[in-house]
Amino acid sequence: MEIGWIETTIGALFATVVLTLWLSRGSGWLEPRFWRNAAVVSSLIMTGILVYLTIDSLNQIREGSARVPAYTVINKTIWLKRDYEKRRDIPVIGEEVGFFGKTWSEAEAFALVNKGKMTLQSRNCMDCHTLLGNGAYFAPDLTRAWLDPKWETMVKGMTGKATKEEAIAEWLQHPDRYPTFARRMPNLGLSEEEAKALVAFLKWMSAIDTNGFPDRFAGVQ
Amino acid sequence: MTQALPQGKLYESQKLALWYFWVALALFGAQVLFGLLAAWQYLDPNFLYGKLNFMTNRMLHINAMIVWLLLGFMGGVYWFLPMELGREVVGIRLARLAFFTLIAAVGIVVVVYLLVQYGPGNAPTLWFITEGREYIEAPRWADFGIVAVMAVFLYNVVATALKAQRITGVVAVLMFDLVALAGLYMAGMHYTPNISMDQYFWWWVVHLWVEATWEVLVGSIMAMALMHLLGTPRRIVETWLYLEVALVFGTGILGLGHHYFWIGTPEYWLGLGGFFSALEPIPLVAMVVHAVYDAGVHRMQTVNQPALFWAIAQAFGNFIGAGVWGFMQTLPQINLYSHGTQLAPAHGHLAFFGAYVTAILTVIYMALHQVRRPDLPRFDSKLWKWAFVLMVISIFGMSAAMTIAGFTQTMVERAIGGSTWQAYIEAQQHPWFQNGMVWRFVFGVFFLVSYLVLLWDLVTIGKGEVRVTKEVGAHD
Repeated sequence: MEIGWIETTIGALFATVVLTLWLSRGSGWLEPRFWRNAAVVSSLIMTGILVYLTIDSLNQIREGSARVPAYTVINKTIWLKRDYEKRRDIPVIGEEVGFFGKTWSEAEAFALVNKGKMTLQSRNCMDCHTLLGNGAYFAPDLTRAWLDPKWETMVKGMTGKATKEEAIAEWLQHPDRYPTFARRMPNLGLSEEEAKALVAFLKWMSAIDTNGFPDRFAGVQ
Repeated sequence: MTQALPQGKLYESQKLALWYFWVALALFGAQVLFGLLAAWQYLDPNFLYGKLNFMTNRMLHINAMIVWLLLGFMGGVYWFLPMELGREVVGIRLARLAFFTLIAAVGIVVVVYLLVQYGPGNAPTLWFITEGREYIEAPRWADFGIVAVMAVFLYNVVATALKAQRITGVVAVLMFDLVALAGLYMAGMHYTPNISMDQYFWWWVVHLWVEATWEVLVGSIMAMALMHLLGTPRRIVETWLYLEVALVFGTGILGLGHHYFWIGTPEYWLGLGGFFSALEPIPLVAMVVHAVYDAGVHRMQTVNQPALFWAIAQAFGNFIGAGVWGFMQTLPQINLYSHGTQLAPAHGHLAFFGAYVTAILTVIYMALHQVRRPDLPRFDSKLWKWAFVLMVISIFGMSAAMTIAGFTQTMVERAIGGSTWQAYIEAQQHPWFQNGMVWRFVFGVFFLVSYLVLLWDLVTIGKGEVRVTKEVGAHD
């Protein structure tokens, strides 16, 4: 039998109750001793399960796993497809198309995405935007930003750049020049290198399997 | 039973606690101020644009909150611990040093936030300017400072208990909880380019602090407070505290899973996180039951009226803010659409206020009673009622406004619009959203007014002539 979340839940609750009752035999349920035992037992059991699941989860979200792509995904096309059995969108990784006009090796791709993540943190993006839905709500969610239609329909034209990655990199360096809404992103002094790295990070993030969040992004078919 | 010193005398640790309280209250003011600036930027996006951007105001708003609540908790423990253990806190000089170190560090971090704001995308920025991760934006050097201060704090508690050769149930829970609290902070002190792993451990700090260890910490402080305030017997208080720990840790540790729905983590978190976080309100209901019972037994009268009302507000606020507003969006089927909308801050504002602000205010009023007029059988003023009512109304007003804005986003941006950049803009321009932001600001101004009234009351209560209305027995 495969152990799923329901079995884990029932097992954890059952073990907590049984162990508490066994340790507290001889005391009534209104006595401090009973609840002291319950506190210790429930904390230990739940912590144990968390540690076990953390090891499992970390294995499943290592870069290059089925859920979190390798950094070289920046060389490839990425799109979302509806999984009609699970009723959710899953990222699909397609053929190699290059990124900023070249194919990035494993080490180069890592260095670029890493620089992008550093840039993201140093500019405090998370205190206006959300990433995977977490952060502040003053600006759009960035989970699938790479796949947003606005880059093609609006920003490419505004910036006069030929490719999507060049358009995003240009926009990120001068967001104050290219307003899309009354609320403009401030110019945070990104260098060209930082802007490219940030685009790489966003592209990589858009290929993470997020269990379907956000649902039907840009009307996925 | 707990032991206070003779009237008019304070333990050194209690004198230190007062320092903690006043600095905490000052930072509370800073939190409100930066919150108002950020709220105004929703209405006028050009306000301070490029000079003091939303991101900086917002960072100061939430970081001021975390620091002042921590200072309040520490003050609460330094206030009650010597009475609980019947002796002066061990290592008080070290505690004073830790206090001034912490204040200096906070000052430096704030000045850098305001003047430098951000830096180039490299490691020195993360070490010396900001780490850029919501709630724990503090640069890495400050993280070490925070852990060191927590270590001193833990030492004070443990060494005092050992020296007193007395470990009460409350102190045992407190020690256990502080070890977890300090340890969990370290889970957030690492860098990885992998955003899924980054957020995995980031939530160990944010969730396991706010929804587990802080709840238990505040539970221990309230347990000590209730023994003094209502004279509730130790046996009852400690049984309730154990029950609370069993339920908070029993549901909250795996309730962490509600943050693992959409960050790349495996599917089993949808079920586990949904189930356990749905149970998280249970301990909060238990506390409401107890508060109603206590208030009834004492007919809403006690030795310290403001403390009693803030303590009751704590039980209700924790349940409504953390419990109801949290449950509203915790099941994955709903959260898929509501995640990352204004519903989150609606819950955040109500929960932090209801669970933590109220508790700290309870303790501060109790401390002021003992400091200023220990001879008074009943500590009261007229002003605190104004602050209390206005503050509760304005926090509910802000949260209601954000709830409506959040529902609008959930529907217009997420469910219908396909969550794109354009869908975001459309939701932000929806009249329901825009009205929500106006009313959030209006109630924010009310909140500032109520903060000032509160501050004035805290400065003046118990000073000057006090009319003694009727005798209410102390239960110590």
